[in-house]
Amino acid sequence: MDFYEKESVAIVGESGSGKSVLTKAFSGMLEANGSISAGSIEFEGQDLAKLKGARAWNRIRGGKIATVFQDPMTSLNPVLTIGAQITAVIRAHQGCSAAEARRRALQIMEKVGISDAARRFDDYPFRYSGGMRQRIVIAIALSCQPRVLICDEPTTALDVTIQAQILRLIKDLQKEFGYTIIFITHDLGVVANIADRVAVLYAGQIVELATTEELFYDPRHPYTWALLSSLPQLAAADGELYAITGTPPSLYSPIQGDAFAPRNPYALKIDTLLEPPLFSVSPTHFAKTWLLDPRAPKVQPPEAIRQLHEKLKASAGGEVFGT
Amino acid sequence: MAHEDREVLLSLKNVDISYGKGKPKVVKNVSFDIFRGETFSLVGESGSGKTTIGRAIIRVNSCSAGEILFRGQRISGKLSREQERQVVRHIQMVFQDPGASLNERATVEYIVSEGLYNFHLYENEEDRRRKVERIIGQVGLLPEHLSRYPHEFSGGQRQRIGLARAMVMEPELVIADEPISALDVSIRAQVLNLMKQFQRQQGVTYLFIAHDLSVVRFISDRIGVIYKGEIVEIAEAEELFAHPMHPYTRSLISAIPIPDPLLEKNKKLLRYDPAIHDYSVDKPYLEDIGNGHFVFGNAAELEEYRLCRGRGDAPPLKTPPPACEEPIVPSKQGGRTLAKKLALGVGATVAAAAAALGILLLLAIV
Repeated sequence: MDFYEKESVAIVGESGSGKSVLTKAFSGMLEANGSISAGSIEFEGQDLAKLKGARAWNRIRGGKIATVFQDPMTSLNPVLTIGAQITAVIRAHQGCSAAEARRRALQIMEKVGISDAARRFDDYPFRYSGGMRQRIVIAIALSCQPRVLICDEPTTALDVTIQAQILRLIKDLQKEFGYTIIFITHDLGVVANIADRVAVLYAGQIVELATTEELFYDPRHPYTWALLSSLPQLAAADGELYAITGTPPSLYSPIQGDAFAPRNPYALKIDTLLEPPLFSVSPTHFAKTWLLDPRAPKVQPPEAIRQLHEKLKASAGGEVFGT
Repeated sequence: MAHEDREVLLSLKNVDISYGKGKPKVVKNVSFDIFRGETFSLVGESGSGKTTIGRAIIRVNSCSAGEILFRGQRISGKLSREQERQVVRHIQMVFQDPGASLNERATVEYIVSEGLYNFHLYENEEDRRRKVERIIGQVGLLPEHLSRYPHEFSGGQRQRIGLARAMVMEPELVIADEPISALDVSIRAQVLNLMKQFQRQQGVTYLFIAHDLSVVRFISDRIGVIYKGEIVEIAEAEELFAHPMHPYTRSLISAIPIPDPLLEKNKKLLRYDPAIHDYSVDKPYLEDIGNGHFVFGNAAELEEYRLCRGRGDAPPLKTPPPACEEPIVPSKQGGRTLAKKLALGVGATVAAAAAALGILLLLAIV
């Protein structure tokens, strides 16, 4: 798939579906026993899959492609001050003087909404709240003006109110810095908030790729249907939630046919035999399911997720959307 | 309303909790009732004291003031050994992290039967085995899983074991402390459905502690919203979402991401700033504004909430007296920034006054 300049792409899927592994591949952070076994990753005309060694990666990672991780406590060093951690990154990548690095660090701290940055510059991470720490991590990631910002579930560990602030911050700063966002999450609400396009990952493969509107209002893959159906907002009146049966397949054993077939109530016979290709629904919308084959029977998506917009509008109430 | 004729199973009365004598209270004057057979949820951000309340009920934390009643009897403070055992027997807990809350050196069979052993809730070995197998089947696991160890299971399965361990005791109250936060979206629904099923079959009462309002709405009968150790609003789930009154509740609801791009991208975020309340003279308290909808506020605010609820519309959004753009200052320096903002506010007023004067002068000249 392609990522364009200044767009936001969300990658959704269950744990173990390969979302994090995918992004680690293009920041050179795969585990020691992981390798890119096939294919290429092109970035600014360079094939990242062929990059070898830490030195080559260091020019890309941090400087051009930066990552914000899920847990801000574990991604910050507890025994270094906030200021030291930001300036270290700036000096490593931009090779400027300590005083200049400090000036830039303070600037970026103000940008991510740390009021009184000069006074908080020499504080240690434990004096910051979870939301503030995540702002610092974002500040570090943005300190070198990367072209791509990978956000690996950056708000999962945060409270909803803080989450909303961080999402807004990432979007606002995108307007200013013009980076591309790759946002990994399993929360479809967050996807709706931040993404222009969405890739749904299942068992290590993209099963559906679409613009956010297409994915929510015209989903085509049964797995996407299942994900949408399990939204608590669409629960039946008796409170029963839709649950996807079974568990994701183990990727250690080879999968025959469609990986989702054993859990798919819409599975066709061919799904157990042959892996479906990626069918194109529109120039921006692709899904990997045999249901899109012209020979397949016509199947309607489940009742629950049709007219999604109307249903959610009714349940959300008027207040939030008042002008 | 319908509440009066329902049996109160658990009742907190003016409970204060602090960690250590003389330390600040983390839970302040909390009172609420939980009725038999319902699901009551406590919602609030991290550090608001919701888990502390849950732990106080099972006597892990002690209350520094107030009391907790279970089936009409006091279960807080000093109790006899026997009374203490009864609390453990009838109130069970399900924890957030199913990995950390199961003994990794014990088999599933032992984990599930431990409570039965402690209270001799079985007639003979065969009866215990039968009970364990039945419960493990109800949570969707197989009898052969009983001889395995927790690490052999996935997160969702471990949470089922945690649930089985609680439910095998046939408790009257289960305190579920963020039981689904650590689980994947698709697994969440399975665990929640299971909890609902136990409620239908055994009539168990749940105290559900969570920070995720979107899930809570659909599983709770009533919801209590807690902010910095104080309950700010209690209402039935639909009532709370349709007519949230307290500004904190409203900001919390507005922050829930809506899985709909058109709505989510155009949504208005409400921010809560405690500075909008003026409690210097008129002290706030929690009061029913009708229909079992409790809101925390002072007399004037409550009057306004009551009027708005009567008309069915939302109370007007208040802005704090001086201009406050960023209420997200960490508590440690809250005072100082507020002072700064006050100064800014004064500055702004002076500027505005000067501008007005200028205009007047201009008019006069013309």
